[in-house]
Amino acid sequence: MNILSLFVLVPLLMMLGLWAARTLSQVRGVMVAGSSVLLLLAIWLVVDYLGLRAGGATEEMLFTDSVMWYAPLHICYAVGVDGISVVMLLLSAIIVFTGTFASWKLKPLTKEYFLWFTLLSTGVFGFFISVDLFTMFMFYEVALIPMYLLIGVWGSGRKEYAAMKLTLMLMGGSAFLLIGILGIYYGAGAQTMNVLEIARLHIPEEMQRIFFPAVFVGFGVLGALFPFHTWSPDGHASAPTAVSMLHAGVLMKLGGYGCFRVAMYLMPEGLAMWGDVFLVLTTISVVYGAFSAVVQTDLKYINAYSSVSHCGLVLFALLMMTRTSCTGAVLQMLSHGLMTALFFALIGMIYGRTHTRDVRQLSGLMKIMPFLAVGYVLAGLANLGLPGLSGFVAEMTVFVGSFEHTDLFHRACTIIATTSIVITAVYILRVVGKILYGTCHNPEHLKLTDATWDERVAVICLVVCVAGLGLAPWWVSDAVSASVEPIVSQLSVFN
Amino acid sequence: MNNYMSAVLSLHAELSLIVVLVVVFLADLFRSRPGGRGLRVLVCALMLVQVLLNLSPDTRELFGGMYVNTPFTSVVKSILSAGTLLVFLQSGEWTRRPDTAIREGEFYVITLSTLLGMFFMLSAGHFLIFYVGLEMASIPMACLVAMDKKRRQSAEAGAKFILSSMFSSALLLYGLSLLYGTTGTLYFADLPDVLQSGGLERLALVLFIAGMGFKMSLVPFHLWTADVYQGAPTGVTAYLSVISKGAAAVALAVVVRFVFPALTDDWSVVLALLSVVTITLGNLMAVLQHDMKRFMAFSSISQAGYIVLGVLAGSPAGMASLAFYVAIYVVANVAVFAVISTVEQHGGGRTDREAFNGLYATNPRLTLVMTLALFSLGGIPPFAGFFSKFFIFAAAFEAGWHLVVFLALLNTIISLYYYLLVVKAMYISTPAEGSAFGSPIHSSRGVRLCLALCTLGVCVLGVLSCFYENLFQWADMLPW
Repeated sequence: MNILSLFVLVPLLMMLGLWAARTLSQVRGVMVAGSSVLLLLAIWLVVDYLGLRAGGATEEMLFTDSVMWYAPLHICYAVGVDGISVVMLLLSAIIVFTGTFASWKLKPLTKEYFLWFTLLSTGVFGFFISVDLFTMFMFYEVALIPMYLLIGVWGSGRKEYAAMKLTLMLMGGSAFLLIGILGIYYGAGAQTMNVLEIARLHIPEEMQRIFFPAVFVGFGVLGALFPFHTWSPDGHASAPTAVSMLHAGVLMKLGGYGCFRVAMYLMPEGLAMWGDVFLVLTTISVVYGAFSAVVQTDLKYINAYSSVSHCGLVLFALLMMTRTSCTGAVLQMLSHGLMTALFFALIGMIYGRTHTRDVRQLSGLMKIMPFLAVGYVLAGLANLGLPGLSGFVAEMTVFVGSFEHTDLFHRACTIIATTSIVITAVYILRVVGKILYGTCHNPEHLKLTDATWDERVAVICLVVCVAGLGLAPWWVSDAVSASVEPIVSQLSVFN
Repeated sequence: MNNYMSAVLSLHAELSLIVVLVVVFLADLFRSRPGGRGLRVLVCALMLVQVLLNLSPDTRELFGGMYVNTPFTSVVKSILSAGTLLVFLQSGEWTRRPDTAIREGEFYVITLSTLLGMFFMLSAGHFLIFYVGLEMASIPMACLVAMDKKRRQSAEAGAKFILSSMFSSALLLYGLSLLYGTTGTLYFADLPDVLQSGGLERLALVLFIAGMGFKMSLVPFHLWTADVYQGAPTGVTAYLSVISKGAAAVALAVVVRFVFPALTDDWSVVLALLSVVTITLGNLMAVLQHDMKRFMAFSSISQAGYIVLGVLAGSPAGMASLAFYVAIYVVANVAVFAVISTVEQHGGGRTDREAFNGLYATNPRLTLVMTLALFSLGGIPPFAGFFSKFFIFAAAFEAGWHLVVFLALLNTIISLYYYLLVVKAMYISTPAEGSAFGSPIHSSRGVRLCLALCTLGVCVLGVLSCFYENLFQWADMLPW
């Protein structure tokens, strides 16, 4: 049995376990056991992967396996990982693990909540291990639909509206995606659905021109590409804590990963034609998301717009097509995934106590809940790119890599996008100053307590990862950089 | 004599169905008291055997080519039989009601006779047999629709059904007579050679498609559908929406592909237009519906549009995807109707969407079954509907209908919206005051078995690839 298949099998077993669980402690037991196993698996996979690479393995993908599924359409259950997907699997495992602790006290219908949550994570893990277009798309959709119920049933605020909007917009994206996948499959001669094999075939240029934007927009909707990002603020603001974490932390990365692995890798000539258009859109995402975050008063909306900005930066860096910028894009996915999950976890914990997320009604929380407040400050600093934390490493690599592109248009876009760093500092520092410092005016808030043990587990885990990536980024960036190489060299032929 | 026997035995699908029909009829005749469980158990057991008897591994021609049975049609027959079995299983609560108990036997016998008509329609090698089969499938259906004699809507639906059915048959017959007039033959095997691409032939083709469009309720021939679905007893609606529609779709695919190859350009454009219009209008109308049966009527109209995509592909892959789609659609739709019927029987006859509000709190399993079936209809993986939609889109895409597939794909978003409205009602909305479901529903064993089988089908049929692959092989072996 391939080790990668365990990433799908374990969540499925967890779902069976949850189904059988009778009491709350059994449900929690299954979740903790399952997500720990997943985390250990991911860590082991990273170690093993780095070991194999260090030992001289030069294949594009390692741990590959392929089983024929639907022979008439050449659909295989094909798995394999390179540096990018290994990093993404690790990220997903961390978020699922911490998400479990972040929703420790969730009520009502805890069992059902975790069932859908685990189904969502099955989709995420399955997506990152797949190298077959069909299974990739299938897992992508598996990850989308639980969102509807997770937000609709357990969310807050305008949850029904937000859930429907999010589901329909993402499904709209997947409609584009499906037509694009069919275009790729039949364009490449209908011989294989395997991404690695299609990359060696040539898709006619006129088909690439039509289907590149379809696939890029399809994944781009999930990656919060302007103007298709509007589901994201509403969805994130209404979702329960762990779902916001998983969604902003991991699911939005599916978009960037898919754009890179499927759209750009397989259709470089389409990219040559459409690249500039999408570059403008992503630049708008980056700057517009940051400006929107400045004017928000709801903590979750601030972070959701910040996510639009940072995920825009992922797509932006990918479209710059240099080796450094694409490495930076993957680092940014990882970094943003960790810090946004930390943010949403902390916002959820603060909201759980104060029952408000309105910046204007919160103040002086540092004295009342110092642990959560310090965590919030750290997340904020990572977000605005303080050296020593993950955000700095990622954004530095992105902007340096982007500036390597000598073309005037690309450099102009880069300069515009860098302004987002300043704007990020504005909205982060403003919020931190407003809600954490000063004196607390609400007597009710003075009675609140600091984090409980389950919350501390989630926060500490994420803070360690954010700092770890910031202090020792080389093991990730080397692995990613090596894996980005074959895709970037494929692109450089046509661009 | 031996030859004659073997020839007759090639009709085993139809013969075995006739045996079932006669046995059920006799059992009903000599039944001591109505309302017992015996008859339903008998008919379900017989149908279970009959499903397997349909299958035949080779192609047989009978009566000089008037009757052609291929492995592909035999498996489609099995799908239809299995679907009928599911409908029988879930109709128990309705047939036990005091006013319908007395007609339980009739319900089975009439349903089986329409099924027999569909079998002949599918195996026709001559338009005469085709037409006889078609009429046999539609006229008794009107009796079924009007079975709830005491409800005015049911009688009205029966009248509407028979009138529109007659009208469509007339169109179809006119088309056939034009065809005979221009070519001098009605044999499927001979027609492709003598068929020219002239004006009269085109008219014949359009009339034929219009006639079949009525049966499949394609827009603009769909006007009878919503009223009939709403008025008919829920079990009959289920039968009408899956079995009747599936049989008509496969028959249409067989005929246009094998009889009208000379007019491929014409029928494919017509069907492409019909498909897009049907999917779009069906979906848009479904959004507006509050009554679940009307809602499912429009949903099934749009599903028929997706089925037409398989016809459009005009390839073995298209035929296989079509049959696969029909099979998946049968299990998912029967499950939805079984839940609607259960809620109707236990909730004071309510079939509006508000009746489902807060169903999850009291009936989690029923809700889960409904959710999975709706997700399958909406094409959400890992449920079977996702696979069937993907294959049918792939087949149409391969044939070059890129834009049509794209429009159909955009429509899946609309359809997902209204399926999610039902999911929302069940999980999120709070039950209205005085709701009938303060306590869990105890549905009968038949319904539970039907729901279990459907859920199994929805979960497994897509993930296991062997079913589709075999269909693909059989479709590849079609003789024409």
